[in-house]
Amino acid sequence: MSAPAAENKEPVIAAMRIDWIPVALVAAVAFLALPLVGSFSTWVTLTVAALAMGMMIFIMASGLTLVFGLMDVINFGHGVFISVGAYMSLLVLWPLAGWVDSPSIVLNVAVLLLCIAVSMIVAGALGWGFERVIVRPVYGQHLKQILVTMGGLIIVEQLLLVFFGGNPIAIALPQSFRGGLSFGPDIVVERYRLIAVAVGLVVFLAMLLVLNRTRIGLLVRAGVENPEMVEALGYRIRRLFIGVFVAGSALAGLGGVMWGFYQQTLTVGMGLQVLVLIFIVVIVGGLGSIGGCLIGSLLVALIANYAAFIEPKIALVSNIGLMLAVLLWRPEGLYPVNKA
Amino acid sequence: MSEPLLTMEGVHTHIGRYHILQGVDLKVPRGGFTVLLGRNGAGKTTTLRTIMGLWKASHGHIRFAGDDVTARATPDIARAGIAYVPENMSIFSGLTVRENLALAARSGEIDDKRLEWIFSLFPALQRFFDLAAGALSGGQKQMLAIARALAEPRELILVDEPTKGLAPAIVGNMIRAFREVKNAGTTVLLVEQNFTAARLLGDTVAVMDDGRIVHSGAMADLGADQALQQRLLGLNLDTHQ
Repeated sequence: MSAPAAENKEPVIAAMRIDWIPVALVAAVAFLALPLVGSFSTWVTLTVAALAMGMMIFIMASGLTLVFGLMDVINFGHGVFISVGAYMSLLVLWPLAGWVDSPSIVLNVAVLLLCIAVSMIVAGALGWGFERVIVRPVYGQHLKQILVTMGGLIIVEQLLLVFFGGNPIAIALPQSFRGGLSFGPDIVVERYRLIAVAVGLVVFLAMLLVLNRTRIGLLVRAGVENPEMVEALGYRIRRLFIGVFVAGSALAGLGGVMWGFYQQTLTVGMGLQVLVLIFIVVIVGGLGSIGGCLIGSLLVALIANYAAFIEPKIALVSNIGLMLAVLLWRPEGLYPVNKA
Repeated sequence: MSEPLLTMEGVHTHIGRYHILQGVDLKVPRGGFTVLLGRNGAGKTTTLRTIMGLWKASHGHIRFAGDDVTARATPDIARAGIAYVPENMSIFSGLTVRENLALAARSGEIDDKRLEWIFSLFPALQRFFDLAAGALSGGQKQMLAIARALAEPRELILVDEPTKGLAPAIVGNMIRAFREVKNAGTTVLLVEQNFTAARLLGDTVAVMDDGRIVHSGAMADLGADQALQQRLLGLNLDTHQ
């Protein structure tokens, strides 16, 4: 078999590298805020709070960006999986109130893990039904997707109202997660914020692992770029769609649990409230990009937190301002996904 | 001639309100290299996409290896043994060359001997095996798209204008690679506008115009008949040889 010689004449290409500019941007925003905030201890508190908030937004948004990227579905109903996730934690917290107030860290961790498990299972199952009943008939029809998924959100929200009532429900953090940890004389960091950062990192690493080291992940990455070609290779992309939709909904449920504990108050509309922020993150990060979703989440949270401290009025428009600036710089988001 | 591997009988395809294929009758002999020629807009790409089920035939029948695949879903058609190399290549640019090929091998990893064979056809792919496919040159991307179709043994490979926009040296490589594929016994249906390349490869030829097959026969006959080429393809041989 002859080796074609002409190929040697083609230019040697450079290896594709990770684009570090958006990562550096996150660090730059944090360090530029230091002189504006003035106090180092306040800056640390604001930064850790933003990292925690960013990680929770990432957990909630990561499913949406994959659904958006892979299925080209604009799911305005995504917020309801957050609310459902948060409310399902009540099914664990009410009967196991003793575990929440127990000084045992084992029981505290167990109750958090149970909340996460129940919420993810219920939100995932709801996502399966949502895809089957509401989303499937409107694939490829964006306007109908917006209307029908918004309708689905309203229906599920009303069901939550029926079962849990319209009053905000207070929930308590498990005993061991309350209070803060001191780092030096002035710096105190809330424990739960560190837990939120850790959970967010675990989710991010798990997603990277699945997307880059498994065949399912390979299919998802290929499907985000070109679902038609994935089908032409012999894979039933619809099954992949359903799997990603269920996983995305379950992650939103997990985000709901974490967000609920962070707010310590549950309201039926909490998912819808955070949905705007999630859409901004997904757009800023680049539709379908998990890395972009993480960086976008951190940028949104950092800028919102610093702005709220430095000039509260700016905080009202900081997220929209960030989105405008990013889209002017990179119109397809921080990490554009090549789509066919 | 042996029993055709693929047969299209009176196939019509509508895309929206456009009636693109208007009764295509085509036979692709098993083990042969069939070239589909025709001017832009004649319906060649639509023919390949209809075979793959990416656009559904509104009338007529498509039979592959004796089975009616007209109404089957694209993944089922691919699993039946048809590989498709689209005109725009459709490689996954965010995936490495290795990952693109691994995805094409539905059973998992590509067989070592087969990978060696693919590398012998397209050595550039071996050099850039762990690079993102998006970083490859146009010719290398086309090689990857074809290699993906070869990642597993397939009975039929549909290839849509693989030489389009490529430098002559790369086209030469491509022709050599297709000859190897042909010698390996794989049936190929190639859509091509480059008549020189088509003549070098094709055993049989079909010419399309306005959504129909207007000529089919041996490539040698068309190659030898300049008047027929002029009539069917509008070829001025001074510029095409």
